[in-house]
This record gives sequence, C-alpha cells and structure tokens, in this order.
Amino acid sequence: MEADITLRVDGEDRKVTVDTRTTLLDALRDRLGVTAPKKGCDHGQCGSCTVLVDGRRVVSCLSLAVARDGAEVTTAAGLADADGPHPVQRAFVANDALQCGFCTPGQVCSAVGVLAEVKAGWPSAVTEGDAAPELTDAEVRERMSGNLCRCGAYPGIVAAIREVGA
Amino acid sequence: MTDQLTPNAIGRDVARADGPLKVLGAAPYAYDQPLTDPLYLCTVDATVVRGRVAGVDASAALAMDGVELVLTHENAPELSTEDGELRVLQSPEVHFRGQVVAAVVATTTEVAAAAAGAVVVTYDTEPFAVTAGSDPAGLHAPEKVNAGYPTDTDDGDLDAAVAAAAFTVDEEYTTARTHNNPLEPHTTVATWTGGDLHVFEASQSVFGARRVLAGVFGLDPERVRVTCPYVGGGFGSKGSPHAGAVVTVMAARMLPGRSVKFALTRRQMFRLVGYRPRMTQRVRLAAAPDGTLTGVGVDVVQESARIKEYAEQTAVAARMMYAAPNRRTSHRLALLDIPVPTWMRAPGEAPGMFALETAIDELAARVGIDPIALRVRNEPERDPATGKPFSSRHLVDCLHEGADRFGWYDRDPRPRSRRVNGWLVGYGVAASTYPAYRMPANSAVVRYTADDRYRVEIGASDLGTGAWTALAQIAADALGVPQDSIDLAIGDTRLPRATVAGGSSGTASWGTAIVEAARAFRDKFGRTPEPDDEVFADAPENTAAKDFALHGYGAQFAEVRVHEDTGEIRVPRLYGMFDAGRVINPRTARSQLVGGMTMGLSMALHEDSVMDTALGHTANPDLGEYHIAANADVHEIRADWLGIPDERLNPMGSKGIGEIGITGTAAAIANAAHHATGVRVRELPITLDKFLR
Ligand code: FES
Ligand code: FES
Repeated sequence: MEADITLRVDGEDRKVTVDTRTTLLDALRDRLGVTAPKKGCDHGQCGSCTVLVDGRRVVSCLSLAVARDGAEVTTAAGLADADGPHPVQRAFVANDALQCGFCTPGQVCSAVGVLAEVKAGWPSAVTEGDAAPELTDAEVRERMSGNLCRCGAYPGIVAAIREVGA
Repeated sequence: MTDQLTPNAIGRDVARADGPLKVLGAAPYAYDQPLTDPLYLCTVDATVVRGRVAGVDASAALAMDGVELVLTHENAPELSTEDGELRVLQSPEVHFRGQVVAAVVATTTEVAAAAAGAVVVTYDTEPFAVTAGSDPAGLHAPEKVNAGYPTDTDDGDLDAAVAAAAFTVDEEYTTARTHNNPLEPHTTVATWTGGDLHVFEASQSVFGARRVLAGVFGLDPERVRVTCPYVGGGFGSKGSPHAGAVVTVMAARMLPGRSVKFALTRRQMFRLVGYRPRMTQRVRLAAAPDGTLTGVGVDVVQESARIKEYAEQTAVAARMMYAAPNRRTSHRLALLDIPVPTWMRAPGEAPGMFALETAIDELAARVGIDPIALRVRNEPERDPATGKPFSSRHLVDCLHEGADRFGWYDRDPRPRSRRVNGWLVGYGVAASTYPAYRMPANSAVVRYTADDRYRVEIGASDLGTGAWTALAQIAADALGVPQDSIDLAIGDTRLPRATVAGGSSGTASWGTAIVEAARAFRDKFGRTPEPDDEVFADAPENTAAKDFALHGYGAQFAEVRVHEDTGEIRVPRLYGMFDAGRVINPRTARSQLVGGMTMGLSMALHEDSVMDTALGHTANPDLGEYHIAANADVHEIRADWLGIPDERLNPMGSKGIGEIGITGTAAAIANAAHHATGVRVRELPITLDKFLR
C-alpha cells in the first residue's frame, strides 16, 4: 500500500509517495536522496540514522514515514545554516571527533539534541538528585551512548560537545 | 637508509581534510552514490547449517509487482573461481547457516525484502560440527598461516628448558569470536554497460576488489572499474570482497544497464563478511631464577571454515617479542561448518599478544619482579624469529616513558591491595607490537594543473585512517609546497594502482609511491612546470625488509576497577606509549591509536559472538546483543608516541599505526584486573561472572 506524505526536510517541503512499510530513514535515503543519515543497523541499535524530528532526536530507522506526515525533519546536512556548519559540527572537526565518518551525521544530530535536553533540565540515568543536570563528561557519555562509533572517536565526541555546551 | 623528506607539512597538527564533508553527512559512501532508477537486492539465506537445497519455489516472489529477478543456483551464471566463499549459487550445497541460497532484485527495498521472504527453500540436512573438538576429523595443520608465516617453528629444546626451569608458566588462554562490525555495512552497487562493469564497493582496496571480481567473473580487469572514495570503517573485513559483492554483480550482469544495490543487514554482517575466529592458546614460559627466559612456547588451536581456510598468525608475536634460546610455536585448525573468518584489526597480534602478555605478567608474579623489569630483562638484541637486526626497536623506552607518564610506580604490587568505595583497584601493563609492512606494487601520478596547484593521484583508500589528510601532507613535503596546493585523488581504479588499506601498510606504501613520483616530477620539470606536466612513478622496492626486522612497538597501561560484591569491571584509564616512527599527522594519528585501544577495550570487556551449538549460528547477531564499546564504556584513553623516525623504512620514517593500538590492550586490562582482585582471567571477554567463581 502506498501513501502520499509531505515532510519538511532540512527546511524544504518535500512531497513523497511511500510504501506504508517504508521507514523514515528509507524515505529520506532511497526516495528523497537525502543521504546524510546513515543506515548502520536498521534496528535502532546504533544511532547512525539519528535525525531531529520537530526538534527532538529520533532514530529514523524505527519510525515509519507515514506516521511522520507533516513533520519537520533536520538531518546533519540541515544543521548548517548560511553562516556555515553548526557549532557542534565545527567542534567535531576541531576535536577530530570522527574517523570513518559513518556514525558522524547521527552523532552531530544526537549532540544537538543532547545540548537541548540538558538545557531544558531533563535528567538522565546518571543525573544525581533533583538538581538540574550539568554537562559533565559522565552526562555526555551517558546521553550519547545510543550512538555507537566503531572507530572509537568517543573522547573527541565528548570534548566537542562539552566545548559547545560550555 | 631511505632519502628522508624534510618535514614541514608532515608532523603538523592539521584537521582531517574530509572532516567538514563528513560532519555534514555529505561524504558519499558506496550506497549514497546518486543513480537513476536503481534496483535493490535482497538475499535469501540458508536456515540449515549443512546439507543441500532440495527445492526453491520462487513463484510467489516472482508474482509480486516490482520483482525483476530471482537468482538461485539453478539460474545463476557460472563463475570462474574455486574460492569456496565466493562460489555463490554455484551448487545446491549448504556449508554454513546464513549462506546465500537465493537473491531477489526488485524496484524498492520493501518489495525486495517481502519477495525474499516469500521464496520457499527446502533442504536435505546433514549432521554438522560448529565448535572445535566436536569435529570427528580432528585438527588440521595449515600449509602456512596468514601473511605467509610458517605454521610451526621449533628452535632448541623447549621441553628440556621447561623441565629445568626455576619458574614456569603453562596456561591456556581463550579469545572469543569477534566480528569487525564497521558501522557502514558492506555495500555493493553494480552496473554493467556493454561488457563493462562499474562497482561502487565499500572496500579497503579498490584494486584488490577489482582483481577479485574480475577473476570471479572471468573478465579482463581493464573492463572493471571499482570506485570507493569513502569507507565507513572496515578493520579488515572490507579488505577483499565477499559473497554479497559477488551476488550483486551477478544480478547486475543479468539486468544489463540497471544499477543493482545491496547493503548487508547487520545480521548478515555476522555471517557473510568474516570475523576473528575463536581460539585457544597454550602458552609455556620457562625462566631462570632472575626471570631470564629460557623457553617460550605457544600452541594455537583455532576455528576455521571447512569451505575456506583462514589461519590467523597468532603465535608470530611470540616468535619475536622476547629473547629465549628454546622456542616452539604451532598453529592448528578445527575445520567446521561455520562462516568464513577473515582479517580483523591486527590479525595474529591482537589475540597473540593477549595470551603472551598475560603469561608474561603471570611469570613476573611468580618470579617476584616488576613486569616492566621482566620485559626489559628479556629484550632481544636481534630478532629471535629471523636473526636479523631490528631496523629500530624502542620497546624499552615505551615501557619506561609510559610507566612514568601513567604513574605506574605508585602501585603496591600486591594483588587486592587497594579498595575505593567498594571497588578493588589495580594497574596493569602489557607490550604492543605490530609489523611495519610496506607493500610492493604501488604507483602514483603527480601533475601540475595551474596556479601553483598539483594533482596527486593514487588508488588508495581512506577507511577512516586519515589517508585523505596524511597523503596530502606527504605530497606537500615531497614537492616542497604548502599542503593546500595539493589536490589529492584516491579511491578509484582509474587512478594509479595501490595496495590495500590493511596490515597498517597504507601510508608507508602509498606515501613512498607519492614521494617517488614527486621527486621524479621535480627532477624532470624543476620548480617551474607548465600546466599538465605530469610524471608517473612506481614505488621503489622495499630493500630494508631483506636485511632488517621491521616492527612497531608500544606499552599500554590500564587502571581497572572491579566491584567487590558484583564483579562489575570498569576501566577508568588507559594509556599507551608507542614507537610508531615519525608521525605524519598528530591529530589523526592520535585518533587511530585511541581508536585501536578502544577496540582493544571492547575486545577485553564486551565482544563475544556466542555460538548456538544447536542451531549452528551466532546467537547474538546484532548491535543490541553483541556489545561493542559505547560512549559510556570509554573513560580516559590517551595515546602518545616517542616520535623517533625509522629512516630505513620509507622516506617519511613512519611506521603503521592502524593496528598496533589494539595489541596488548586486553592483556593490560586483564593484568590490571588481576592486580585489583587476585583473580587471573584467561578467557575473553572479562565479564563479571569470572570474578565470582
Ligand atoms: S540505523 Fe537506525 S539505529 Fe542503527
Ligand atoms: S567515525 Fe567511524 S564509526 Fe564513528
């Protein structure tokens, strides 16, 4: 079965016909040619497909495209604006927070989500007590653990995120 | 000696050249290449371990809208290869669970997956063996082991040395089956136009992929083009194409003019692209009262596949690490009905150095001396394996310098001597080593384009190593220009030939070719060339390998905490000091070394592909159940280097750094865990149950 939907992808309205089995990830990559989000597992276990949907981070392989009709989707490509790359993206380059780069588009989207979550005072599993969370190494590591990096760029990723959040 | 470059761009801490593209998600990996109306392939994989396909009913699949082709052993084109892994769909035989037995090509991924699910395959089954010891045929001695090393060695009389020794170690060490799991799944995109094949292949070697595919399909390599500018990791598994590439090219051949795309599922990554096989090593050490080694023995028993032999060179590190007059090593294989193993980061040294370096720690404890002192005492003057002098060997400096920077001597050497808030705390050390290879058959082109710009071409691959950056730095110094005057082209068989991004040989092999071409260019055209002036050059022969033993070294230090009640283990600190020759780019080099140590940590604590002996397959084939180190598992990991160039190796004075970081890490962690708890874990991964026995 097919469905016609509209997604606002990286600031642009995109109409697309999808199979109702099509994931948001496949709609972006195979139907719309938006290849910034990557498919590392298709099971919600690696984070490489992470995008922001209406501002919140989502693993797009676990989301059906039909269920996202009308949503605002931001990929790593859309994080940049007229002034160039997002500060998180610049910090990733400066801290060499990547090697092969395959997990990176998901990492940077996730990082932008993490910074917003911490700012909004959302606790994580390592937040102590009821105080507002602070952007410590432990908080960043915990919150970024859904984004695997087989190249082992974690120290750079943590440094980059803390630098932007400081 | 090689004529050394004067470092200018080399050694600079410049940002990764492809970083800006990658943070935007704009680097095109194999699957991301824009194509018109591509088709999607989905395979049907065997659900039995051993037997024959009795019948395939594809009628329901073929009836689906959008299905273009169903491939089975009955209609598959004949292949010209005897390679048991690559002979895809050539017979009804099933050799392991998960083998490709059919494939569907359709207009969308959803239809392809649904149609593959609708193909009905029936089997005749046979009894199978999937674990070492369960196979009635017994063990088999390979003719040689990976990288061409001899299977067995025997010098002096090890048994007599053990019998006469003041101190001995005789223990078995087991390393788990582990899967490379690069984040980018293995991917092939194939298009036939006329008699020409173009493949986008996620590959560590475009020329290697071309050679293999041309061979399998009986083609002139000149008719095959392989393109791969970016690779999402590989760690060995993308060193050479596997069954997925073959079936995709096969399907494309039957659908000329159409592009066929196939990316393996994560589950398939556990059976179709290789892995590090499970193995057990019996290590014997014999020592004089002061700890001087009189004998070293390593006997390896490793699992491999019946359809294609893979013998990891596990014992070779023990042949050259420490001096000892009596030494015996052997490799034996259990040939099983399991998927074909292959290279995984530091094949041989990674498991080998876990066993050897844990055994050395055990010996130090028995002799009652510091494990660093024990290693220093057994430092060889020449390579014990070949009798050649070392081109350079700074292991002792790594141990001493690393110990100072880590704070090694703060420790009370007695096990179980430190407790913090319910955690037992320990320090451990282990040595690292990896050969300094440089491959033959590399060439490069240097061309002056205009306006002080030079195009440098070589068919190299960057799987995350930093080749895009490091090769430009090398080219800049070889031409005597700034790095930003270099336009580098890699990742395509239309460029000059290049060897694999593997064996930590890439930078040395490709860099030497680039330097040769740049020097020839300057000789011919001087400092004021005309646009389009160009020189092609082959890298010179690696003469150092004839006269010297060529290796990199390192020392790794771990701080480990084991919870006294639960046995949970944490690694708050890892420190590595390496003898890696001259470092081309400190920023990308540090990432490589830290990345290797991270994978070593993951090997030590997490990774274990569990064999389901009843069903004959990996029971945990996904990233939810096969745990690789996540961000929260990694605390402080630091890597430094001595920075002493080895001028015999290549014009850069560099040694490879891609693999050495994973060697010794697991031993340093196991040794630290022993220091923390008094419990010696000889089987990886080091999980909490092993402290609670
Ligand atoms: S591809 Fe979505 S989490 Fe892995
Ligand atoms: S940079 Fe390679 S997986 Fe993260």
